[in-house]
Parts: sequence; C-alpha cells; structure tokens
Amino acid sequence: MALINPKKREVQVKIVYYGPGRGGKTTNLEYINRKFKKRILSEMVTVKTYGDRTLFFDFLPFDMGEIKGHSIKIQLYTVPGQVKYNATRRLVLRGVDGVVFVADSMDLRREMNIRSLQNLKENLESFNKNILNVPIVMQYNKRDLSEEGIPILPIETMQKDLNHQLKAPYFPASAVSGENVTATMKKIIALTVSSLRKKLE
Amino acid sequence: MDFTIDFTKEQIEAIENVLEEELIELGVQSVILMDLAGNVIVNLDSGDTSHDVFSLAALAAGNYGAVSAMANIIGEQEFSLLFHKGEEESIHFSKVVDDLLLLTIFNKNVSLGFLRLKVAEAVKRIQLLV
Ligand SMILES: Nc1nc2c(ncn2[C@@H]2O[C@H](COP(=O)(O)OP(=O)(O)O)[C@@H](O)[C@H]2O)c(=O)[nH]1
Ligand SMILES: [Mg+2]
Repeated sequence: MALINPKKREVQVKIVYYGPGRGGKTTNLEYINRKFKKRILSEMVTVKTYGDRTLFFDFLPFDMGEIKGHSIKIQLYTVPGQVKYNATRRLVLRGVDGVVFVADSMDLRREMNIRSLQNLKENLESFNKNILNVPIVMQYNKRDLSEEGIPILPIETMQKDLNHQLKAPYFPASAVSGENVTATMKKIIALTVSSLRKKLE
Repeated sequence: MDFTIDFTKEQIEAIENVLEEELIELGVQSVILMDLAGNVIVNLDSGDTSHDVFSLAALAAGNYGAVSAMANIIGEQEFSLLFHKGEEESIHFSKVVDDLLLLTIFNKNVSLGFLRLKVAEAVKRIQLLV
C-alpha cells in the first residue's frame, strides 16, 4: 500500500525481506546500507534480541530519486525468521508493496525455506493478499558456501521447491560478499514501482 | 500495487492546519500522522527538533501493533491510547481511525492532561477530514 503525498510530491513504498531465520536478510540490508550510504539519510534501525537475532525488524529508508516529479522513498524492512515470532512477522507485512524472499542455499535448510514460503503465503492471506499478485523476487543466498566445501542446493532444486508456481525473477547471491544484493534490490524496486508510474500520470 | 487512503493536497493542508492549531501552538515538539504500515502522512514540528520521522513511524507502527496484540490476549479490543514517558521528552500515541495513528512528541513544559485534551480535539477534527 504505497502512500502518495500529493503536497510534498513524495511516495513511500514498503519492501519486505522475508525468509527463514539465519538466511541472510539482515546481511542484505547491512550491505545496502554500506554501499549506498549517500542515499540513506538516517541510521539503519534494528530491533534485536539477546544474541543479535532480529526480534522485530530491521528498517532502512532509501531515496530512490524521482518518478514523474515525485520523490520516491523506499522503505526496506526485514522480518524475524524464527518460527516463534510469527505475530511480529505479520505486523511487518502490513501494507507491503513488494517482497524479496531470501532463501538459504544450504542443503540443511531446504525444508525451512519451503516452510517459510508457505508461512509468507498464509500471512499475506491474512491481509487478503494473494502471493501470486504481490511483486516478489527470489534470492538464493549463500552461494559462496560451496567454495568452503559446504553442500548447497542446486539452483534447479531451489527453483522447483520455491519458484515453480510463482515464476518470480530469481538471483543466486551472497549477501556477505554483496554478490547480486544490489541486483535483487533493483529488481524488486522495478517490479514494485512499475504500477506506480501509471498512478502518477 | 494497491494504495492506502489516498489523500488530496487539500486534505493534507486541512490536517496540517488542525495539527498546527491544536498541538504545535500548545508547544509540542513534533506531530506525526501515520498509518499502521509505517507511512508518514503528515509531519509538523516546532522548528527546534529534527527527529528521524520515518524511523519513528516504522517503530511506532510495530509498537502499536505489538501492544494491540497484547490487548487481545488479555481480552481487550485495543488500547486506544498509549503514552511513553521520558525524563525530558515523551511520546503520546492516539488512534484516529482504523488505520491511522497520531504521534505527538512533547517535553515537560506541556502538561499531559492538557495534551490529552488537545489531542482528543485534534483527533475529532481529523476524523471529519479523512
Ligand atoms: N557464507 C555466507 N554467510 C552468510 C551469507 N549471508 C548471511 N550469512 C551469515 O548468516 C548468518 C545469518 O545472517 P542474518 O543476515 O542475520 O540472517 P537473517 O536471520 O535472515 O536476518 C550471519 O552469520 C551471516 O553472516 C552469505 O551470503 N554467505
Ligand atoms: Mg535478521
């Protein structure tokens, strides 16, 4: 639910990074925060719990420039991935305009990715949204682990598990090295704001 | 993409007038009208503060949602009014309509009792504008 302020000629767009706990959502935002320091006018907000895990969300406002004379403010959020935090995960999804699903490429996390995607679908339904109608980009994160000899899932397997029905754009990535982090973000912004142009005519 | 309540320029100006008359003139530091997705709809301040309003709104939406969930657990519909007291500055939250919150940041020169009255007045007037 993007918000348009016709007086300030400003649009706020909400993008949520979703996915299983420890998948790399916070690391994505930290990378963006470092790389685009100039476009980020405030500190990254993170609500953490004991042991550095995301308790509530991370929040990073990002100035994207202008579309049709309106300045576009992208609000990036992450959710807490742990199963027990579903109530807070749902709160963060309220009014979402676009989703990046950060899946963990580690072999061991196969089941968790699938369950988290199912959970996203259910939580969107609770806001009367169909996952098939929400702009979404898949990110298969931690591809770098294969270099350390840690078994990772082939992209084809992840596509079959997670993207068979959605057919969303997808990126193999490494949030620690930054590989495809920017590409993922650019893609979700492009998908999300494409419908905005018409509205701003 | 779907859109929240669409505000016209005239609506925003009318809301700004209400907030100016009821709250800024009373001496509050800053007022934010926001939705529960964390979007800032209107923001006014007294000129001597520069809070990070987008971060505040994101956190306020989360906070309000969390407290509402707590209300449900103990059998309340919601807590329509929330207040966080600091040594110097305090934050007051009030629901305007279903999806809208009014956040007021004020210091100890403003009495809570008077503030609550003025917020209630502002809320009533904004309800007629949205
Ligand atoms: N090797 C590797 N580790 C990663 C990558 N992305 C995140 N991590 C690590 O995985 C852990 C969890 O990351 P975090 O961003 O907190 O996950 P979140 O729970 O999804 O927010 C941290 O120790 C990160 O350093 C990646 O691309 N490659
Ligand atoms: Mg996190």
